[in-house]
Amino acid sequence: MPLIELTHIERRFTLGDSVVHALRGVSLNIEAGEYVAVIGPSGSGKSTLLNLLGLLDRADAGSYRLAGRDTTGLSPDEAATLRSRQIGFVFQSFHLVPRLTAAENIALPMVLAGIDANERKRRVAKALEGFGLSDRADHRPNQLSGGQRQRVAIARATVMQPSVLLCDEPTGNLDRATGQEVTHLLEDLNAGGVTLIVVTHDPVMAERARRQIRMEDGAVLSDSRSAAGTSA
Amino acid sequence: MKPLDILRFALRAVTAYPLRTALMLLAMAIGVAAVVMLTALGDGARQYVVNEFNALGSNLLIVLPGRSETRGVNPGSFFTETPRDLSNADAEAVRRVPGVVRAAPLAVGTSEVSFGGKLRETMVLGTSADYLPLRRFQMAQGSFLPASAGQDNAAVVVLGSKLRSELFGSAPAVGRMLRVGDRRYRVQGVLAPTGNAMGLAIDEMAFIPTEQAFALFNTSTLFRIFIETRDRASIEATRTRVVSLLKARHDGEEDFNTITQDAVLGTFDKILGAITLGVAGIAAISLGVAGILVMNVMLVSVTQRTAEIGLLKALGASSQHIRSAFISEAVLLSLGGGVVGLVLGQLGAWALRIAYPELPAWPPNWAVLAGLGTALLTGILFGWLPARRAAQLDPVDALGRR
Ligand SMILES: Nc1ncnc2c1ncn2[C@@H]1O[C@H](COP(=O)(O)OP(=O)(O)OP(=O)(O)O)[C@@H](O)[C@H]1O
Ligand SMILES: [Mg+2]
Repeated sequence: MPLIELTHIERRFTLGDSVVHALRGVSLNIEAGEYVAVIGPSGSGKSTLLNLLGLLDRADAGSYRLAGRDTTGLSPDEAATLRSRQIGFVFQSFHLVPRLTAAENIALPMVLAGIDANERKRRVAKALEGFGLSDRADHRPNQLSGGQRQRVAIARATVMQPSVLLCDEPTGNLDRATGQEVTHLLEDLNAGGVTLIVVTHDPVMAERARRQIRMEDGAVLSDSRSAAGTSA
Repeated sequence: MKPLDILRFALRAVTAYPLRTALMLLAMAIGVAAVVMLTALGDGARQYVVNEFNALGSNLLIVLPGRSETRGVNPGSFFTETPRDLSNADAEAVRRVPGVVRAAPLAVGTSEVSFGGKLRETMVLGTSADYLPLRRFQMAQGSFLPASAGQDNAAVVVLGSKLRSELFGSAPAVGRMLRVGDRRYRVQGVLAPTGNAMGLAIDEMAFIPTEQAFALFNTSTLFRIFIETRDRASIEATRTRVVSLLKARHDGEEDFNTITQDAVLGTFDKILGAITLGVAGIAAISLGVAGILVMNVMLVSVTQRTAEIGLLKALGASSQHIRSAFISEAVLLSLGGGVVGLVLGQLGAWALRIAYPELPAWPPNWAVLAGLGTALLTGILFGWLPARRAAQLDPVDALGRR
């Protein structure tokens, strides 16, 4: 059973009189543990697809099964619960809460899930160490470099041990070296068993993935697996 | 999300924007401080009046001559034109009514009091021995007036402390002779200083036996009879007995009035209580205004933190989480402002007490609770709309906005 099963997904946006077809008839299966790059020109529907996979958005038509469970009828709060347990998000612009320290940002998903403070502390400490941020625990986002910020964001996205990590251009705001560092980090996580789905404009990063989904105008143009992908 | 975590999260948000927080605290604090201070003022005035009355003794029944206007026409009024005098003998009879502990007649006038070339125009009270304990006055020297009607004609005078010092300076007064009007009196005693009671300057008065006062002022009716009953509960029963006794003595006519301390006090209490409440209400309006300010600031805050709300949703926050977080924030701000206002209000009341020592300007407990309660309620009420708006934000839209 695939972890993610999309069948004939449609997503339309109405802007005034015009209707934008952000996704048209997308059908996809993604197995647990895969490493997928989603590529394509700007406006092709990559982010829309990712939001849908993350249950932040709903399809207008078609079905989405996550871990065998149909998500179509979920209420926003049921979706939130599922998201909290199954899905981690990493964004291009990091989206850290500016007033909270690195440690507090990492703890946030656990706070929302109602995990008790001792357990939180333990897991945050472990995450900080794992991502090389131990000496930055009490720094606020504006006291961190871009790479450090993204590492905090990745630590936050994985602290609930989700089965899927959704990354929308995670290296888009980083220089090449830092971007590569982040890419390796994500790949390490994938090697640990997390299903990794990355939207990227960076052909080098796309090449590293074992599977490339190319989108255009809301549809999947090609879906190829490359032998050159990093081995787990 | 655990309640404590919600609170902590809200607290972090409150402290993260100090200027905004300070302004909201101030707005709320002004409202609560106004409630606390104005009710302190109103209740202080009420307490002041109550205390003044209580200084008179709390189980007091007062008889005054004259028919009550409000009772309308009774059969007696067709036969008698003028009401009968309230006499010294009436007062003496009242003393023996069961339930009456003390009864003091009272005749009032002004006269010149002179000693050794010094002359004072002053208020002179004609009364008897019961007056002293009834008013809880103390003697400084000598003794008070004689007790019963039999000795009422003694030409003796008791002086208020201030009158004594004005006439005698530091020289001893007891035993000396002085003049009241054109009569000579021997000074029998001097009252200890009392301060003002009921706006009357007791310390400046002279006291003489009732019959002497009748003669001096050329009158035959008492101004009042002051009656002290055994306790508060027996006032009404005693009043009935006093009324029937006096009626019998006045040929079956009720040509006098009785009022109780409680009735007068109750009226004042009610009026001043209502004023306090009204003032509190007006002050509460400023709390409402503060509430609207809280709402607006929270709405702005929701707009500014849209991306954060989107992020929280992406991290698995339910609408309930978001709502709780924002309402908690509004409540923290309101309640914080309430507490600051409470401190300011108490300081203001304290300043009032310093400025007017005779005014017991303490905010009543209900006002303190109502002030804080209103602040809290305002927070919840006006925090609701912004919180709901935050909870309803579409996560994708919210994340997209920077
Ligand atoms: N909320 C929205 N309202 C209207 N149109 C939208 C909305 N979100 C996306 N679209 C439209 O849907 C299409 C797909 O958008 P999407 O953001 O998925 O593209 P993308 O592939 O992520 O592009 P980019 O590489 O620039 O991030 C675009 O034409 C976009 O204008
Ligand atoms: Mg995009």
